[in-house]
Amino acid sequence: MLTAIAVFAPLIGSAVAGLLGRAIGDRASRIATILCMIVAAVAGDAAVTLLVSGNVSTGVVPITTWIAVGTLKVSWALRYDTLSAVMVAMVTTVSMLIHVYSVGYMAHEERPVSRFFSYLSLFSFAMLMLVTANNILQLFFGWEGVGLMSYLLIGYWYHKPSACAAAIKAFVVNRVADLFFAVGIALLFFQFRSLSFSTIFTAVTQHVGVHYTLLGTSFPVLDVIGVLLFIGAMGKSAQLFLHTWLPDAMEGPTPVSALIHAATMVTAGVFLVARMSPLLEYAPAALTMVTFIGGSTAFFTATIACVQTDIKRVIAYSTCSQLGYMFIAAGVGAFQVSIFHLITHAFFKSLLFLGAGSVIHAMSDEQDMRRMGGLWRKIPVTYTVMWVGCLALAGIPFFAGYYSKDAILEAAATADTGVAHYAYVCGLLAAFLTAFYSWRLLIMTFHGISRAEPRVLAHVHESPTVMLVPVVLLAIGAAVSGFALHGLFIGHDWRAFWGTSIFALPGSHPIGRIETLPSLLKPLPTLVALLGIGTAYVFYMARPEIPEWLAERFRPVYLFLVNKWYFDDIYDTLFVRGVLRVARLSWKVGDATVIDGIPNGVALLATDSSAEVVKLQTGSLAQYAFAMVFGVVVLVAVFLVVR
Amino acid sequence: MNAAGFPLLSLITFLPLVGGAVILSIRGDAAMVASNSRWAALWTSLIVFGLSLVLWLKFNPSDPGFQFVETASWMPRYGLSYHMGVDGISVLFVLLSTALTPICILASWEVITHQVREYMLAFLILETMMVGTFSALDFIIFYMFFEGTLIPMYLIIGIWGGPRRIYSTIKFFLFTLAGSVLLLLAILAIWFQTGTMDIPTLLHTHLPAGMQFWLFLGFLASFAVKLPMWPVHTWLPDAHVEAPTAGSVMLAGVLLKMGGYGLLRFSVPMLPVASSLFAPLMFALGVIAVIYTSLVALAQEDMKKLIAYSSVAHMGLVTIGIFTFNVIGVQGALFQMLSHGIVSAALFLCVGVLYDRMHTHEIARFGGLIERMPVYALLLMVFSLASVGLPGTSGFIGEILVMIGALRVNFWLALFGGTGTILSIAYMLYLYRRIIFGTITHVDLKAILDLSPREIAVFAPLVLLTLWMGVHPSSFTEFWAASVRHMVQSHTAALATAHLAHLASVRTVGMLPR
Repeated sequence: MLTAIAVFAPLIGSAVAGLLGRAIGDRASRIATILCMIVAAVAGDAAVTLLVSGNVSTGVVPITTWIAVGTLKVSWALRYDTLSAVMVAMVTTVSMLIHVYSVGYMAHEERPVSRFFSYLSLFSFAMLMLVTANNILQLFFGWEGVGLMSYLLIGYWYHKPSACAAAIKAFVVNRVADLFFAVGIALLFFQFRSLSFSTIFTAVTQHVGVHYTLLGTSFPVLDVIGVLLFIGAMGKSAQLFLHTWLPDAMEGPTPVSALIHAATMVTAGVFLVARMSPLLEYAPAALTMVTFIGGSTAFFTATIACVQTDIKRVIAYSTCSQLGYMFIAAGVGAFQVSIFHLITHAFFKSLLFLGAGSVIHAMSDEQDMRRMGGLWRKIPVTYTVMWVGCLALAGIPFFAGYYSKDAILEAAATADTGVAHYAYVCGLLAAFLTAFYSWRLLIMTFHGISRAEPRVLAHVHESPTVMLVPVVLLAIGAAVSGFALHGLFIGHDWRAFWGTSIFALPGSHPIGRIETLPSLLKPLPTLVALLGIGTAYVFYMARPEIPEWLAERFRPVYLFLVNKWYFDDIYDTLFVRGVLRVARLSWKVGDATVIDGIPNGVALLATDSSAEVVKLQTGSLAQYAFAMVFGVVVLVAVFLVVR
Repeated sequence: MNAAGFPLLSLITFLPLVGGAVILSIRGDAAMVASNSRWAALWTSLIVFGLSLVLWLKFNPSDPGFQFVETASWMPRYGLSYHMGVDGISVLFVLLSTALTPICILASWEVITHQVREYMLAFLILETMMVGTFSALDFIIFYMFFEGTLIPMYLIIGIWGGPRRIYSTIKFFLFTLAGSVLLLLAILAIWFQTGTMDIPTLLHTHLPAGMQFWLFLGFLASFAVKLPMWPVHTWLPDAHVEAPTAGSVMLAGVLLKMGGYGLLRFSVPMLPVASSLFAPLMFALGVIAVIYTSLVALAQEDMKKLIAYSSVAHMGLVTIGIFTFNVIGVQGALFQMLSHGIVSAALFLCVGVLYDRMHTHEIARFGGLIERMPVYALLLMVFSLASVGLPGTSGFIGEILVMIGALRVNFWLALFGGTGTILSIAYMLYLYRRIIFGTITHVDLKAILDLSPREIAVFAPLVLLTLWMGVHPSSFTEFWAASVRHMVQSHTAALATAHLAHLASVRTVGMLPR
């Protein structure tokens, strides 16, 4: 019941603001959506508390039938187990804080903002449907729903062409991944004759030996399903090859980046993988791919974050990188660790985004760090919370990221596969880079001499209370959530906490395994992070000429990084322009010339030949008579011969 | 005699003609005639729609056979009769036709100013032909209705159409007629072979496998043009561009469905062996339609052409679904047709709204409309999303069912058939961005008005239907579940019999002395 309230309250808020927004005005719309979100957050947090304390058992709230076609039966229903409840609590809480923050952030908009709040609430509803789905098709409903809201919110400032382009890019890239997801769903149904999670999960072991033939090769069917679903997750969670949309998505208002592109939507892929853990545990090849992609993304996007100059883009690439970490954990079988990092990341990354939003707000919409610097005296609260966020992101001891990121690296180090060790190395390198770019961001934004225009600098002011309160609350979360939750989430009693919602193969101990890590390796991530901070200090504080010298000296490497490994350029040439060229060709040549050539040609033939035939009618009686006689002779001849 | 207790289907079919007669008898000055014709047409179509709701209420979904059956002896010597009835496959198409007609009449209310009487008459005749097509149970009657739709549509485009209407109408007419001639040949062949034209009887008649081959091609010639399938689709964009809004609505909403209906009603059950034989070809054509026409849609500069091409792509998915021969795929195809009937109709109405105001459907002439037309922007978003198959809208159900059905046949069929989901979102969002987002740059758009109450009344039922079909599709799928199951079972059984017969004949031939 509490879950139902948590899920549907945002929908009501969204409907009120969206449909009645112009009638009741902006202020009333804001209040309505925020009230509904508060209700949702209270219900969501209460639900998880009751569930964990054992006062309520897990279960399903049935709503109604969705699809009933032949053997395919799918219902609308809300599932509440620990995994869902944790996600619901996180989504509603963060969303509620961001709703409040947006009141301040969007205060200077010329146009009514009821549309914005309606979108935010509708997004929250879709996300909640996603995490409480009881079958994979409803999950897909939420999945596409959050994709739509992401599109609408990235393109919120519809008068900006760059925002419109980024919005379309986000949706289309996600759809590419979703095609594979949908085929995966179809294959799931083909194999299991059901799309309901409980039916699938209880039947998994019967399908372990089953093979599915593709391109003449036989693959274990569970691996095929796992890979297809993971490709879907790669799109939503912006993993390598499908990551290009996320940095561009920063065109949206900053609260959107914090909610959708840090805390909730982009983590849906990780959630999907964790939700499917009972199946994926039996799909080793798929998990290998998860680990590989996760590790590669963690490293690769961190390298790009080191050279970006747009404050939001740095954080966006950092998000890709952190999502990579989560996939590493899932890939080595430590799904609870990946969800743990998902939760801590939700706190510190939305904190960083909102902090960045506060900076941007203060700087009159300036986002380029090259035109910032020396701001710390002017906006001390923002400065402090950004420090907290960076400490948590870098995994400095006793901040949130320390617990979750170290657990991921330890899980990877102790997993006994080659790809896990590859992921460990990637993760370790990324940990260095993470600390480096975080302090690069802090120093470039807040320290040194101001590089801003005097006109902008004169306006710099600390954000209003309505923005600071959510930020401070998130900062508290970023500081303590790791310490507070690690006992529950990844303690020895993890089975008691997660119940059946997170699965580990019988005989495997993803958490117990972590203890076997040699004590020499334990402090390594922290040391690496401190090294990263030190490097950033030297590069940007002590000897600011070094980065320039490096960029000059290793120009190809620098260009390679600045151009984001040329992914966008390659995709643009190959897909965007390529497809458009083929499209125009199909139309102008395929349709207009070839296919229509036949009927048009026939028509032309008819008119032309009749024009010729017309010429025979000269009006001369002699010619007609001659033709007639000639014809009769021919006919008679033919008749005589053929007979 | 049937569930309604009176000849309901005949009434629904021919009442529009009565309305037409009333319109013809209107006298008075031009303005009076125009106004009265509008009202008479609207009331007729509303009454017809009300009557067809009886079908909705009284239809027994658990009965796979034909209901509301009416028979009257016509030419028993030749095996002909007046035979009407609907089953689960056809009943919702009757409702689709009767629901879209009043919407079309309402949508033409102010736009059509010349020859209003004839215009309304054409739509009522069209309604008769459409309902007749979906409820005829005699092949000759079916053929007459089926071809009869051409005439009013030809006139609607040819008289009230755009500047290139003559080229378009002739192209439309010739493409469809060329197909129809072959369909007629096929029907006559069946007539000579079996001596009856009664459809329920023919559904249980086994035709020789060799004959099925040619009959299938004859049927296909007509239905492929109607659907339309690639590569005989090029008449459709031209026809749409020139047609008046309501003409496009009917064309996309109902007339295209006749192709799919024909394949499902005749080709698959009557010609099971040939259908199976040709299924790979049909899949190939379906996949090409999805990918190729979606690409072409991406390059369009005219809204109506874009939506017309997207229709061809959607019908590609329908083709795939029909020839999967399994319950989920076929139901997916049916749902996709029904959903497309609503959604494409709505999209053409959306284009019509802009055309009424600016007298163009060139995409480049618009931009930034959200500033002036927020309600319109919302509606267009809903229908665009339904068109690309976003879950929660009607389009998704058809798409995912066809994909699930297709995967049973072949993995790659599902994957490539599904590529439409990517391409469609690209062209729809690109279209949406160009006309709705951005800032208003064209001076004449600065005073454009949002939807009027009449227009909202036109769109409201379509929005509701789109969402209803997406959130609770069971209220529609239950109508045809039994009929589809029955059809699939008899198809499988027929194939098995044919296979046995084939084996037997091979064995016999092998044993014959030389």
